[in-house]
Amino acid sequence: MYSVADLRKGLKITLDGDPYIVIAFDFAKPGKGQALYRTKMRNMINGTILDRTYRSGETFEPASLEERTMQYLYKEDNAYHFMDNKNYEQIAINEDALGDTKNYLIDNLQVDVLLFREKAIGVNVPNFVNLRVIKTDPWAKGDTSGSDSKPATVETGYVLRVPPFIEEDELITIDTRTGEYSTRVKG
Amino acid sequence: MTLNWGLLRKRNALAARARIIREIRNFFIEGGYLEVETPLRIPAPAPESHIDAVPSTDWFLHTSPELCMKRLLAAGFERIFQICHCWREGERGRLHIPEFTMLEWYRVNAGYLDLMDECEVLIRSVAIILGHEDRLVYQDLEISLQIPWERISVAEAFTRYTPYTMTEALRLDLFDELMAGEIEPQLGKTGPIFIHDYPASRGALARLKPQDPSVSERFELYVGGVELANAFTELTDPAEQHSRFINEQENRVVLGKRVYPMPDIFLEELPHMPPAAGIALGLDRLVMILLNFSSIDEVIAFSPEEL
Repeated sequence: MYSVADLRKGLKITLDGDPYIVIAFDFAKPGKGQALYRTKMRNMINGTILDRTYRSGETFEPASLEERTMQYLYKEDNAYHFMDNKNYEQIAINEDALGDTKNYLIDNLQVDVLLFREKAIGVNVPNFVNLRVIKTDPWAKGDTSGSDSKPATVETGYVLRVPPFIEEDELITIDTRTGEYSTRVKG
Repeated sequence: MTLNWGLLRKRNALAARARIIREIRNFFIEGGYLEVETPLRIPAPAPESHIDAVPSTDWFLHTSPELCMKRLLAAGFERIFQICHCWREGERGRLHIPEFTMLEWYRVNAGYLDLMDECEVLIRSVAIILGHEDRLVYQDLEISLQIPWERISVAEAFTRYTPYTMTEALRLDLFDELMAGEIEPQLGKTGPIFIHDYPASRGALARLKPQDPSVSERFELYVGGVELANAFTELTDPAEQHSRFINEQENRVVLGKRVYPMPDIFLEELPHMPPAAGIALGLDRLVMILLNFSSIDEVIAFSPEEL
């Protein structure tokens, strides 16, 4: 059971029997008024988007999803293919159902595939993943302001802002919960 | 060794924040205000239905310096201001942080309308010092700072932005939802706006309007959809204040929340407090707006999650 305090982007809950994922969340508290928890949720089966506002004290059931550890294999057209580590069974998940998690899928990454009534509807990726930078502008030497950032493309094609000192071919850690740069991987 | 790049990136914002605080201090000192410091840890926070204090051993971290500052007014201090940290449990979001910085000021022989005028001059002059001239850009909005700023009543805001009147919203228990979801996002998009005269039930420490006791002499200032300040003509009637506190305590019982001790010393000294007006302004949010950031996290060195 979750409470409103658990609400955050990425949380998966059950509403009217269907699994939903929270895709946007904000806390509101109009002056001297009560705390309100404003969410936008996506139905993980049919993609419907819902706006819901909750008050303190409301509770939620976690989405009843089966998790299976699988390995990411490859992408073909809009389908991402995974293999079950136990029985070597292969499944495919559509790009739309993966949402932002597709940005972190590199060959052989271990993920938890989420199944609802036997059907794969998404994956959980680790909170932090290491990805190699394949394209970014070089650092203008002498710029020590430290206040700038620049775009970088990583091996999955995902583009994010990184510190100016990051160079091509470096490995960086990305926080998959925010999609933002976390640290540089040394060595 | 890990370089905290996120923190280093904030250097310019934190320098600008320090500048803003310095200018605010100058503004009040030049206006004849005395800067005061009151204890951050107190035995009895003001009982308010929806403001939760963080416990600190058997006392609490204050949720605002309001009660101690009013005790100073009651003792004869006439113009006082304070810049301090305040704590409110469970408040976290783009515009909320459980430990935040408050600018609070009080003036005797003044009413809430006087504070609207003072807000206009304060914020506009700080913005101009930062180089904004008479307008600022906040997110996608162009906000004119030309004085006077728009002033509308809460009742008018409901009629303007929702399908309900304020009275209907209260009866249907939709006041907060409509305020947060429909009204606030529309407030202050082209210029700062004051919305005033809140329902009497929504200002536990505010004086009721003599001409219309169904509303209190309270206003909130909004800029770019962000609530920036809350002000009252202060309630100075101790019996009335006591019964309002009892009412708020009862609300807290119903909501299953902790009930704070009655602030007895404050109530005993309240009869000596002259007519006054007071205001609390969220300093982090002001900095956020003046520097055009969307989140409060961008203008503080450390969020609780980064500790």
